[in-house]
Amino acid sequence: MNTFALVDVNNFYVSCERVFNPALEGKPVVVLSNNDGCVVARSAEVKALGIPMAEPWFKVKDFARKHGIVAYSSNYALYADLSNRVMAVLADFSPRQEVYSIDECFLDLEGIPGDHTRIAQAIRQRIRQWVGVPVCVGIAPTKTLAKLANHVAKKRAQYQSVCNFNSLSPDELGELLDGIAVGEVWGVGHKLNAHLEGGGIHTARQLRDFDIQRLRSRFGVGMERMVRELRGISCLETTDVAPPKQQITSSCSFGRYVTELHELEQAVTSYMSRAAEKLRRQRSVAATVYVYIRTNPHRAGEPQHSHGITLALPAPTCDTIRLVEAALHGLRQIYREGFRYQKAGVTLAHIGPAGIGQGELFGEQPMPQATPSRLMSTLDEINLRMGHGTLRLASEGAKQDWKMKRGNMSPAYTTNWNELRVVRI
Amino acid sequence: MAIPPSISGQAAVPKAASGFPSPAEDYTESGLDLNQLLVHNKSATFFLRVQGDSMTGAGIHDGDILVVDRSIAPFDRAVVVAVVDGELTVKRLKLRPGAAELHAENPGCAPIRLREGQEFDIWGVVTSAVHAVK
Repeated sequence: MNTFALVDVNNFYVSCERVFNPALEGKPVVVLSNNDGCVVARSAEVKALGIPMAEPWFKVKDFARKHGIVAYSSNYALYADLSNRVMAVLADFSPRQEVYSIDECFLDLEGIPGDHTRIAQAIRQRIRQWVGVPVCVGIAPTKTLAKLANHVAKKRAQYQSVCNFNSLSPDELGELLDGIAVGEVWGVGHKLNAHLEGGGIHTARQLRDFDIQRLRSRFGVGMERMVRELRGISCLETTDVAPPKQQITSSCSFGRYVTELHELEQAVTSYMSRAAEKLRRQRSVAATVYVYIRTNPHRAGEPQHSHGITLALPAPTCDTIRLVEAALHGLRQIYREGFRYQKAGVTLAHIGPAGIGQGELFGEQPMPQATPSRLMSTLDEINLRMGHGTLRLASEGAKQDWKMKRGNMSPAYTTNWNELRVVRI
Repeated sequence: MAIPPSISGQAAVPKAASGFPSPAEDYTESGLDLNQLLVHNKSATFFLRVQGDSMTGAGIHDGDILVVDRSIAPFDRAVVVAVVDGELTVKRLKLRPGAAELHAENPGCAPIRLREGQEFDIWGVVTSAVHAVK
């Protein structure tokens, strides 16, 4: 039987802020998106006050002040660094790790000896002690169920942040799934949720036990796969997972094994160019870049290396040059010599609309990163034809720092010598 | 300005020696890296900046950078970063049967006396202080 663990940091951004400001423990804290637009992370205290996720900040500002809510601007440098630490700690627990987002990670525990619930508690303790952030762990035979187990671990205090579906009886599991709204199932979005509810399917259990043929003819094979996953039949491979919304991924298996760094650089450059094009097409900017490489996990006996890293950009951008630079910087950190690589990929995350307002003050000025400028298209071509070095030469002029409004950002405690946390002793 | 041909191009690149290979070639090692000396567990190590004089007796001075390893379990007489009333501080940890105390190391500083019921957490164990010599 497969065994997946989904490890997920509670209120990740808020938890990162609390590591360096323990006084925030127990206080209501929110973190705001780019330009301090929306609430993107809430502490438990803020959730209890009823502020919903993604709420525009201006709407709740007064309410927040009245309740003493502390608001931080997004500090991606800090979050990316702590995320990399969490992922590095988790890598010690399983050779097969899939970083799913900045604060979520799947571990394949199949064949890992010992009581998996205990291992999960050890994971939780170690990350809390070493990195300083709290995590929840869900364990199950499929990824879709592991997600739900994680949900249970988070919501129900008696599980002490770890829920192992594999250790429950069928009745216990069924009861738990009955308590979970169908909208919580991985892959059920707003639209699908409405369809399912309309058809009388309200809970995860009802979806699991529904006639699979009917579901498939109505919703397609994706739905069939989802239901099989709910029944404990693993259908999602470690790399099959669709990334969450608000991310753009570009990755590909190589036609042959690749061993040299410069070849990987070319691949990552071209993937990133493609991702950046998509980003510009939807008139967005990204704040973080994730890059990963891996060997072929199905070739038993071959030395395996699989690693990814998240990098925070100095400012959100859609500029190919900056994105490629960041990706290559990450690639050089994770590359190890002596392995035959089969796949590489990049993900753009923390995507938001390109800055608005400031450019219009000057009338004719088009918004530089919102429109796919001719410069960018040309650079994409050159980049593909001649490699990344050419791109870097032109990168000086594309500063966009003026776009960012970060009213209350904490210092880059872990990535800038001038911004270390000061301790008064 | 045109560069005189004599100093352009490959002059900056040392030419590969022809003839016998250097006998030292097989023994080249990378230079010393302070990270190796100071950081034993990268995922759990953080740097903090000190402000104040209460720990000069432990060799920790105003302006120093502390290397803090959160993976080390606090032990008796360790210098620790502690959280007292939500504030970070650096003190010598003393473990007594049934109790823990934090002590300053400067004759001029009063030791931290924890009030009845007052609690503290250990944030991490200090393993080194990086002190710039002026």
